[in-house]
Amino acid sequence: MALWGMVIDLDRCTGCQACVMACKAENNVPAVGAKEAARGRTISWMHVLTEESEERTRFLPRPCLQCDDPPCIKVCPVYATYRNPEGIVAQIYARCIGCRFCMAACPYNAKYFNWLQYQREAPGQNPDVSLRPKGVVEKCTFCHHRLQKARERALAEGRGLAPGEYVTACAETCPTRAIAFGDLSDHGSDVARLARSPRAFKLGEELGTKPKVIYLSETEGHRRV
Amino acid sequence: MSDAYVQRDAALFAPIAQTGRGFYFTLVVLGIAILWGAVAYWTQFEQGLGVTGLQQPVSWGFYVTNFVFFIGISHAGTLISAILRLSKAEWRRPITRMAEVITVMVLFIGAGQILVDLGRPDRMLNVILYGRYQSPLLWDATSISTYLTASTLYLWLPLIPDIAILRDHLGKRRFLYSVLAMGWTGTERQQKILNRAIAIMAVLVIPIAISVHTVVSFVFSMTIQPAWHSSIFGPYFVAGAIFSGIAALIVAMAIIRRIYRLQAYLKPIHFRYLGHLLLVMTLLWFYLTFAEYLTGYYGNGPEEMKVFWSKFTGRFWPTFWAMAVCNFVIPMIFLVRLRHHAVGKTVVASVAVVIGMWLERFNIIVPTLSNPRLPFPDAIYWPTWIEWGETAGSFGLFILFYVLFVKFFPVISIWEIREGREVGLREVEERLLSYLPDGTEPEPARDHTRVLR
Repeated sequence: MALWGMVIDLDRCTGCQACVMACKAENNVPAVGAKEAARGRTISWMHVLTEESEERTRFLPRPCLQCDDPPCIKVCPVYATYRNPEGIVAQIYARCIGCRFCMAACPYNAKYFNWLQYQREAPGQNPDVSLRPKGVVEKCTFCHHRLQKARERALAEGRGLAPGEYVTACAETCPTRAIAFGDLSDHGSDVARLARSPRAFKLGEELGTKPKVIYLSETEGHRRV
Repeated sequence: MSDAYVQRDAALFAPIAQTGRGFYFTLVVLGIAILWGAVAYWTQFEQGLGVTGLQQPVSWGFYVTNFVFFIGISHAGTLISAILRLSKAEWRRPITRMAEVITVMVLFIGAGQILVDLGRPDRMLNVILYGRYQSPLLWDATSISTYLTASTLYLWLPLIPDIAILRDHLGKRRFLYSVLAMGWTGTERQQKILNRAIAIMAVLVIPIAISVHTVVSFVFSMTIQPAWHSSIFGPYFVAGAIFSGIAALIVAMAIIRRIYRLQAYLKPIHFRYLGHLLLVMTLLWFYLTFAEYLTGYYGNGPEEMKVFWSKFTGRFWPTFWAMAVCNFVIPMIFLVRLRHHAVGKTVVASVAVVIGMWLERFNIIVPTLSNPRLPFPDAIYWPTWIEWGETAGSFGLFILFYVLFVKFFPVISIWEIREGREVGLREVEERLLSYLPDGTEPEPARDHTRVLR
């Protein structure tokens, strides 16, 4: 079975936020408005963090890290968040009771809450992704609907899923090709090869969460080796 | 009311028999607080949790603080009462009921906080329908509902003989009292069964009470967040709960004593003994807090230290040091010498502890969430009128429940006071003799005043 993963090359990232916008458009992530944003309610499944040091500024695009041992699913009281067999950590909006325990437990703050009813059905939304009601938690799904679509297409054509047929919106959009996406269990794939790079490191590896989003960085990677 | 027995403890019936203007005034004040809370919750229910000050990443704030705080207060009752009963502390007689009432009333409020905190209260039944037992939240639900059932039973059992007295002598609400008295007539057999049942419940309720606050702490310590993931949290929360529980009990005793003029029943000695207990818990709380923070400091993990310094010198220094003053400095000053003015001193210390323990819960929850591991921009949690209203309403509702209980049932156990006079005095002498070497005879005390001090 496939194990979907992502490699983000920080040495290539320019912080242009194209991935953020692509993600918002693809996944119907609501724009909460200036007032709510000022109150710290921005929803951004893909979030570009900025780390400033004396020498330079570094950008850190942070989707959900799709941990193989996710702290968020351990605490959910109602099975609203779970890890599917292909390693994607999913959220069931219709099940979630909004206790926000998963948000408190996630060490990467990758989960977002619908503090208010942020959007209603409108033209221009992606019909493949459901809108979230108020009071539930949402998160990056690795554009899971794209996998479903690609798989259906492959099935209809009577063949297997080809490499590169399923990519996330952020990976597809990145102008510097800093984001690679694919099957980590396939040793020949681009992501698997990049993940073995000496520049590779995982965010908060010491936490034992086993993220499937792997970062590449000359400085970070070398420091860790 | 004619019975000589009843006449002797008339002061204990007074709150039920007569209703003064003060009662209605209190109701109005509480009603305003509750109304504020109701409006706040209705607004939140209509519009969503966005009307609160909660945000990313501080997704838990006042409600969860209140939850831990109120559940902590609930340890006032059942646990203290059970321990005092089992250890045969004779001075317990006028205070056990008061303590047990706090537990039952405050548990409703505490559990309610979680429902208020839910983004989707309409789906709360999912916890039962699709409950996932690996989640600490399910442990909470189980433990708290067990505790509520057990403490309600433990409140009601020793209430039965008193309800029967009310049924026979009060002359109003006869139907209610007849049903609740379960045909109590006070025969020897009934009394024996009752004593046995109370003893069983007293033993049962202790592990349940300890489990309750342990699993409340597990909500935090089972995550891997800095300053939460700590093995000391179970005992730390239980100790803190008993600490705040005793303080709440002392405050309740002092208020009831004053309003209903029960100085003859709640004497300075009761406050002194509880004050000693509070002093012990002060020291235990300090010891556990010290151990927790020193371990964190020597561990020197970068994430842990971010939270550590945000409490000691950073943004949360006011709440952190206010907690230290309220939970340690003030109790230490007021509780070390209780020979004179025991009531006043213990009340001052207790009010400080109640405030300090609320701050302690806040200091555990909010600073950790305010310091995410990744470099997110600063976010400051500041509650809106919704949270203040909900908090005021919760306190109001708790006090209202308590006031109504006092209106309907004797808040000091009449039969247990009576039992103290009739049986306790003799029993204590016999028990004391059994502690001493065989053949000791009771002697008249030579220096009577010194012995009694």
